[in-house]
Amino acid sequence: MSEQAGTLLELTGITKRFPGVLALDDVDFELRHGEVHVLFGENGAGKSTLINVISGTFAQDKGRFVFRGEEVRHLTPHKARVMGISPVFQEFSLVPDMTVDENLFLGRERARFTLLNKRAMRATARQIIAELGFDLDPTRKVGTLSRAHQQMVEIAKALLTDVKLLILDEPTASLTEAETTKLFALIDKLRAQGVGIIYVSHRMGEIKQVADRITVLRDGRKIATVAADSVSDTELVELMAGRKIDVLFPRIDHRPGERLLDVRDLTLVSGAVREVSFHARAGEITGIAGLVGCGKSELVRAVFGLEPIAGGSVSLFDKEVSSFDPLAMLRAGVCYFPSDRVAEGLALARPIRENVSMAALDLPGFARGQVLRRTEERRAVQEIADRLKLRPAQIEPAVGRLSGGNRQKVVLGRGLSRDIRVFLFDEPTVGIDVGAKLEVYELMKVLLDLGAAIVLVSSELPEVLNLSNRVYVMHRSRMVAELTGADINEPAVLACFFREEPAAAAA
Amino acid sequence: MSATTLDSSRAARGRHGWLANALRKIGFLPALLIVLVGLLVAFEPRFMGTFNLFNVLRNSSALMIVASGQMLVLVVGGFDLSVGAVIALTSVVTAKAMAVTLEAAPDDVSTAILFGVLAGMACGFVTGLVNGACVAFLRISPFMVTLGTSSIATGVALLLTNGIPVYGMPDAFVKEFGRAIWFGLPMPVYVSVAVLALVWFMQRQTTVGRYIHAIGGNMQAAMVSGVNTNFYLILAYTLCGMLASLTSILLTARLGSGQATMSGNLMLESIAAGVIAGVSLRGGVGRVEMVALSALFLSILTNAMNLLKINSKIQTIFMGVIVVAAVALDEFAKRRSRDARGR
Ligand SMILES: Nc1ncnc2c1ncn2[C@@H]1O[C@H](COP(=O)(O)OP(=O)(O)OP(=O)(O)O)[C@@H](O)[C@H]1O
Ligand SMILES: [Mg+2]
Repeated sequence: MSEQAGTLLELTGITKRFPGVLALDDVDFELRHGEVHVLFGENGAGKSTLINVISGTFAQDKGRFVFRGEEVRHLTPHKARVMGISPVFQEFSLVPDMTVDENLFLGRERARFTLLNKRAMRATARQIIAELGFDLDPTRKVGTLSRAHQQMVEIAKALLTDVKLLILDEPTASLTEAETTKLFALIDKLRAQGVGIIYVSHRMGEIKQVADRITVLRDGRKIATVAADSVSDTELVELMAGRKIDVLFPRIDHRPGERLLDVRDLTLVSGAVREVSFHARAGEITGIAGLVGCGKSELVRAVFGLEPIAGGSVSLFDKEVSSFDPLAMLRAGVCYFPSDRVAEGLALARPIRENVSMAALDLPGFARGQVLRRTEERRAVQEIADRLKLRPAQIEPAVGRLSGGNRQKVVLGRGLSRDIRVFLFDEPTVGIDVGAKLEVYELMKVLLDLGAAIVLVSSELPEVLNLSNRVYVMHRSRMVAELTGADINEPAVLACFFREEPAAAAA
Repeated sequence: MSATTLDSSRAARGRHGWLANALRKIGFLPALLIVLVGLLVAFEPRFMGTFNLFNVLRNSSALMIVASGQMLVLVVGGFDLSVGAVIALTSVVTAKAMAVTLEAAPDDVSTAILFGVLAGMACGFVTGLVNGACVAFLRISPFMVTLGTSSIATGVALLLTNGIPVYGMPDAFVKEFGRAIWFGLPMPVYVSVAVLALVWFMQRQTTVGRYIHAIGGNMQAAMVSGVNTNFYLILAYTLCGMLASLTSILLTARLGSGQATMSGNLMLESIAAGVIAGVSLRGGVGRVEMVALSALFLSILTNAMNLLKINSKIQTIFMGVIVVAAVALDEFAKRRSRDARGR
């Protein structure tokens, strides 16, 4: 019998119920040796839940779990790892106060009678990081790393042991192009070694690039399993949504008006942004493109008062801003949507309603004096939830129960809860499904028509290019170009990353 | 222009840089300790007296042991309010057990001592186990659980003694152990050094320490990484309870009687020692060597106040102020390093 072609994992009739939702409903799933099997579906379809069942985090309520020909019962995360099932989770499972290598080995330390062999662990950590080509220092505390680097730690952690089944839940969401390429090379290598890979992503391009087969989930049910080369993008999206969605980006009519935001020579204490100037006008989307870590995110965070400023000035509605703090900015009509929704955006244990209205409780619509107006609050939040097509469409469950993409919608909903003229979007569509992305774009369109100025920071180039009226390009903490009209295209942006190198060296 | 004002304020901060740098190099706490001891040596001759020094060493040894246990619980993101009650209960139970066995077999002193010590340690073990199990399996907040067990343990101790000290422990236990001087230092010093070394070793060099930190740092992450979180939670509370019992046995041996009122301020002081040592109340962070230093600091401070004849009620107030100030300072430092706003 050839192991190569055989079945690695077979799930039959998997059902998982959470209070109030049937997250998985009688799902069958098969993974072969040396296969990349993509899970595809809307936010909340049950992809992460299925992965959690496979990696032993949740037990299924019903269904058979057969791994390498043997039925497995009572799976725990520990048992799964020992069997060779390595998950990379969507929401990171790292300990912020521990170093990179401590995190890598968490749960399977090299130890004799509990006595740690630190030197061996550090050496192995260095080796695996070098093999992966990641730019990571094993002695750094994980809490001090950027999201992209934390993602790398997660991936390295999964590959540390002898992997038979690798699970990647939206792994590229915060990786650069180059890192993504390395990851795909790695996937190819593992595939050749007969490792089975389950891959979750919302990005059509990369799905077509890596997948052998695709299983589509919708509302907890398996809709179909198809060979990747036998379906088109539109067919796939249709399977996912159960309806036709034909455009990926809406047409946006920009009607640039007055300058609402004007940033001059901004430099941050951290040095992540140096002498950057840009402006945003009402009625248009201003894109800021750049590689992960180039400082574009810090730039908008600083404008919102979240990063210490060393020099330069920021003007809003022609008035210079004197004190940078989020509440003052909100009152002035500026709103920022963070990219790291768990760390900065949301109180996971609190209801959706409270998370949405959190930034607006000082408004008369939500509170009279210090007394909350619960009915009004509920109505306003429900309206916002409906506008964002939140799923499930209830506003009382805790945010922690929502799927990754729906959490993002809650963060966005916060900006709709008060009167805002300037919207700073930091990676607004990380992890949200194709249909929901379109909804976010449509939402931006609505905001524009109301006269808002939108600043869109995104590492996803197609998004910036298709939506923006003007595109700024940042590279290594500096603004290196402003593109308008026909100049807004991929080669022009990519050229900026390379062209600047010698000039910067000369300066 | 705003840029100039920003720059000048940064320059102003830079002027105090050397002090901040020096402090960073040796650390705030050791610096404070050195200053305090320096002042005492210079201005308070009674401080350097052998009798006084032994007293300080005995007190700080006791506090170090309790506080290192408390630290383990703080690191897993918990809280143990029951250490004071465990100390009281252990004292009574140890003394009673020794007295009773000695009465039954007056010649067999070593059996009596062994029996008493085991019974005493069992008090901390059981209380810790109950605390840990309630936190791990029932998911009750550590605050409520330990407040409850604290009340139970105090009640049992009072019930056993009616508030009267328990006498009748073997002389050997009191004279040759409790009040012993080994190589010129009081016996508890050696015990506390041994405990600190063990805890340090466990924390730094073993998987146990690793997991305890991981649980406090991110429970979810520890769980999905395959760590048996419930086991290590319970372990942390159990160790804390047992260390409290050990402290109690040392104190009881020195005193020569079991007392239901013995713990004094040790519960608050153990938490204070942790907080001053930079142990995070959110869990995940804490080093036993710093806890030892801050226990020493607190003991010397208390001693200084005694020597200066400061009213004990004022001392209690002062202790509270120190705790709150330590937490505030810690938070402030964190905030400044993370997201100081240029203003
Ligand atoms: N711990 C939980 N408690 C209650 N409900 C949950 C929990 N985790 C997930 N759910 C619910 O189960 C359903 C499936 O969620 P899941 O996280 O699997 O979605 P997903 O397909 O991964 O979506 P996304 O693309 O947004 O990550 C959702 O309705 C979600 O609200
Ligand atoms: Mg998910």
